Amino acid sequence: MTGPTLYALTGAALVGIGFFGLISAQHLLRRVVAFNLIGSGLFVFLGAAGARSGASDPIPQALIITGIVVALSASALAIGLVVAHARASGRPTLPEEDGEA
Amino acid sequence: MTLVLDLTLCALILAVALATVLGGGVFRAIVFFIVYGLLLSVAWVRLDAVDVALAEAAIGAGLTGVLFLSAFGKLSRIGAEAEPPAAGIRALLPAALACAGLTGALAWAWFALPVPERPAPDLATALPRAGIENPVTAVLLNFRAWDTLLESIVLLAALIGVWMLARDEDWHDRFGLPQHVRPGGVMANFGRLLPPVGVLVGVYLVYVGADRPGGAFQGGTVLAAVGLVAALAGLLRPPRVTQIVWRMGLVAGPLVFLIAGIVGAILGAGFLTLPEPIAGSAIFVIEIALVASIAVTLAFLVIGPPEQGHRE
Repeated sequence: MTGPTLYALTGAALVGIGFFGLISAQHLLRRVVAFNLIGSGLFVFLGAAGARSGASDPIPQALIITGIVVALSASALAIGLVVAHARASGRPTLPEEDGEA
Repeated sequence: MTLVLDLTLCALILAVALATVLGGGVFRAIVFFIVYGLLLSVAWVRLDAVDVALAEAAIGAGLTGVLFLSAFGKLSRIGAEAEPPAAGIRALLPAALACAGLTGALAWAWFALPVPERPAPDLATALPRAGIENPVTAVLLNFRAWDTLLESIVLLAALIGVWMLARDEDWHDRFGLPQHVRPGGVMANFGRLLPPVGVLVGVYLVYVGADRPGGAFQGGTVLAAVGLVAALAGLLRPPRVTQIVWRMGLVAGPLVFLIAGIVGAILGAGFLTLPEPIAGSAIFVIEIALVASIAVTLAFLVIGPPEQGHRE
């Protein structure tokens, strides 16, 4: 197994782990963390695809750097909403899950 | 030998990611996520993508980690940091199977995709005309300038979104929560020690970005981190939303980028296409303005809306 293939499979596994975290976590902050795992898993997959032909390809790398910055801005907005929601409702979970917990 | 290194690294990354998702407690998840980001940046070096490794370490692990930790602190103040009891294994089994299926589908896609023969032949022929030598910076600021221009506007839009969450009575206050630091403690000392080194590293990353790994985003992030460390140590008082100088700093990058794009159109090369003779210097000017905007925007995004008066 070559390096890029190994990292691509790791990226695929990270996407699965992240999605499981997104579904299973009830605390909204953990959901944002899991969302970041999905994103970085996809970045690794894309980066491995760029490195597949032997030499590294700068185009996916530039796209990934753009993606990392956009992921941070999305996370910052999401976290702002989580904190505002928790302050307004007193709970860090979504209203429809309060009954189950 | 290198395969052993890659295998160990991938196993570590997966173990830490699993610990992030499955471990008990929100705080533990955040700490594991920061470790995950640092391991991932080593993986980027292994994939021969040093520019991405720098971005991942600075933004993915560093700033995102600070963002999560400060949110955890804010939630702790109102007693909302504890997790509700998790659902049982039986309820989560379908979700686990579906996620395993997703991983399997992605793995299948990898082997089903055709292997490219060699990377981007167009880029190799176009690179001498880019005005700079680092191919990643050339793609970011010249060949795919549209992406980067819109990205800098996305940053601005996210910041406006965060500011909209401020309460009316806090609007004229300084950003973030008031910081209290023990005199002579770790934070007070590091707040003095790190910023000079950080400024040097940040400016260097921007400067070498034209020819070697580095660039506006990595350098700007380090400079934003310098500001955050100084603010957390209580040495720098965060500014206010209403201060016009800082607002100018926020829009400088996108504005200069847009003007450069329009100049390209006037000179006949087309919107956001830099004419070859001035490409190098144009990229330099755009980069300086972008660094200022990225540093200010990222620091404001992480420190959060003004809420100095928030007490509960």
